[in-house]
Amino acid sequence: MDRKTIFTELKKVLAPYTENKEMLDGISEETDLIRDLKINSANLVDIIIDAESQYNIEIDFDSAEKMYKVGSCIDVIIDKMNQSA
Amino acid sequence: MSRRVVITGLGVVSPNGMGVPDFLHAIRNGVSGIKFIPQYEELKFNCQVSGLPEFEWEQLRNYITETSLYGLKGKGIAFGIKAALDAWMDAGNNIVSEETLWETGCIFGSSVADTDVIKNAITRVDAKESKKLGSRVVEQIMNSGVTAYISGRLGLGNKIINNSSACATGTQAILMGYEYIKYGMAKRMVVGSSEYVDSYVFGAFDSMHVLSRKFNDQPEKASRPMSMSASGFVPGSGAGALILEDLDYALAHNATIYAEILGGSNNSGGQRSGGTMTASSSAGVIKCIREALADANTSAQSIDLISGHLTATIADKFEIQNWVQALDRKGYDFPMVNSLKSMIGHCLSAAGSIEAVAVVLQIVHQFAHPNINLEDPNPEIIDLISANNLPTTMVNREINVVAKANFGFGDVNTCLIISKYNNNG
Repeated sequence: MDRKTIFTELKKVLAPYTENKEMLDGISEETDLIRDLKINSANLVDIIIDAESQYNIEIDFDSAEKMYKVGSCIDVIIDKMNQSA
Repeated sequence: MSRRVVITGLGVVSPNGMGVPDFLHAIRNGVSGIKFIPQYEELKFNCQVSGLPEFEWEQLRNYITETSLYGLKGKGIAFGIKAALDAWMDAGNNIVSEETLWETGCIFGSSVADTDVIKNAITRVDAKESKKLGSRVVEQIMNSGVTAYISGRLGLGNKIINNSSACATGTQAILMGYEYIKYGMAKRMVVGSSEYVDSYVFGAFDSMHVLSRKFNDQPEKASRPMSMSASGFVPGSGAGALILEDLDYALAHNATIYAEILGGSNNSGGQRSGGTMTASSSAGVIKCIREALADANTSAQSIDLISGHLTATIADKFEIQNWVQALDRKGYDFPMVNSLKSMIGHCLSAAGSIEAVAVVLQIVHQFAHPNINLEDPNPEIIDLISANNLPTTMVNREINVVAKANFGFGDVNTCLIISKYNNNG
C-alpha cells in the first residue's frame, strides 16, 4: 500500500476526532494532530486503536508516541505493515 | 438575609414524553409509557415490561460536539445531557459559553454507571484486550460521568457533584442545589438525575420479587400505585432536570419563573425502628416531611397536592399512613395525592427529578395529573384519605403548594416543598 493511499485513508480515521472538518480536507504530512486539527490529546489512543484495526497491525507504546503529525502516523503505519508482512 | 430559590428551567426525558411539551400532554391525559420488552421475556424475567424513553442518539446531535457524541455509549449519561441542556435552554441560555460560569454549579445524580459500558470493559479486559478500550471508557463508567459531560458542555465552574441516594437521588439533587443557593454558595444550579435501567440492574430487582409480573400482556396496566391489584413496581429509565436560581439573580436577567422551592429535608431513619436496607422507618419519613414543612416555613394545612413516592408495592399504604401522621390531616381534609409512577413506572434515581418536573408543570398549569390504573384503590388507603383525593382523571384546581417526597434503599428520605411563585414574598 503506497503512502498516498494511506494518507487518504488516514483522513477518514481522523475524521471522528476533529471538529475542524474543513481543516481536515487541507491537511498535509506536516499537519499536527493536536495543534492544527485540535484533536483532544486523550483521543490519540483512540486513533491508534482505529489505525491498528484498519491495517491489522500492532502499534507499540514507543511507536505510538511518534504519532503526533500526519506524516509520522504514516511512517509508523508503513513500518508496522512491513513488519507484519 | 434569607435568599429565595426559584425554578427557571425544565427538561425531561420520560418514558411517556421526550421534552416538556410532550411530557405535559402525557401527564394531563394519563398517557402510559410502559411497554413490553421482548428481551426480558427471553431473559426469563418475571417482569417483562418497562418504561423506556423514545431516545435516539441523533437527538444529541445539536447538544454536544460531534467528537464528544462519537464514542458516547452510556445511555444514563445521554438522558442526563438531554434533560439538563433542555432545561438550560428553557431558562433562556445558550449552550455554548466561552468563559467559565463560576456562579453556576451542577448537582446531578445517578444510581449506577451504565453497566452496558462496564460490561464492555469487563469483556475486553478478560479477553486480554484492555489495549482496545480506548480513551472514552473511564469517563462513562465513573459515577460522575453525567455531571462531567453536563458541566463541561456548559462551562459550569461552581460545585459539580454527582449525588447518589437510591430512589431519593433526584429529590436530593434538587434539595442540595437549593441549599447551595439559599446559603449563598452559588447563584444558579443545574440539578436533576438520570437512570438507565439495563438488563443487569433490572434482573437484580426482578430477583428480589419486588417487580410487577401479572400484567406482562397489558403493559400499560402494569404500574398500579395504591391499587388493590398492585403487585410490584415497574422499573423505568429517563432523566429530569431543573434550573434553580437565586431570586434576585433571576429577576436581574428577567428570567421566567415557574415556581419557588420553599424548603426541604433529607434524612435517614438509620435503619432502626422498622427501617431496614429496603424499607423506610416511619419515624424517619415523618420527621423528614415535618422538617421540610418547617424549613419551608409553611403549615401542613397549606399543602394542596402530594406527589408521592408510591411505587405500587405494599409500601404504598405505609407511605400514606406516614403522610397522614406527618401532616396530621386525614379523610376529606387530606390533600390530593398522585403518583407519576402509574404512567412511567419507577425511574429509580431519576424518579425524583422527573416527578419534580411534573410537580412544577402542575403548579404552572394549575392541575393535578391523574393516577392511572386506580380502578381498584386499596381500601386501607381509602379509609385513611378518602377516594376523592386520588384523581383518576386530570383535575383542574388551584395548586399553590406541593409536597414531593422520595424514599430510597438504605432508609433514606427526601421531601421538597415547592410552591407557586408569589412576587409579594
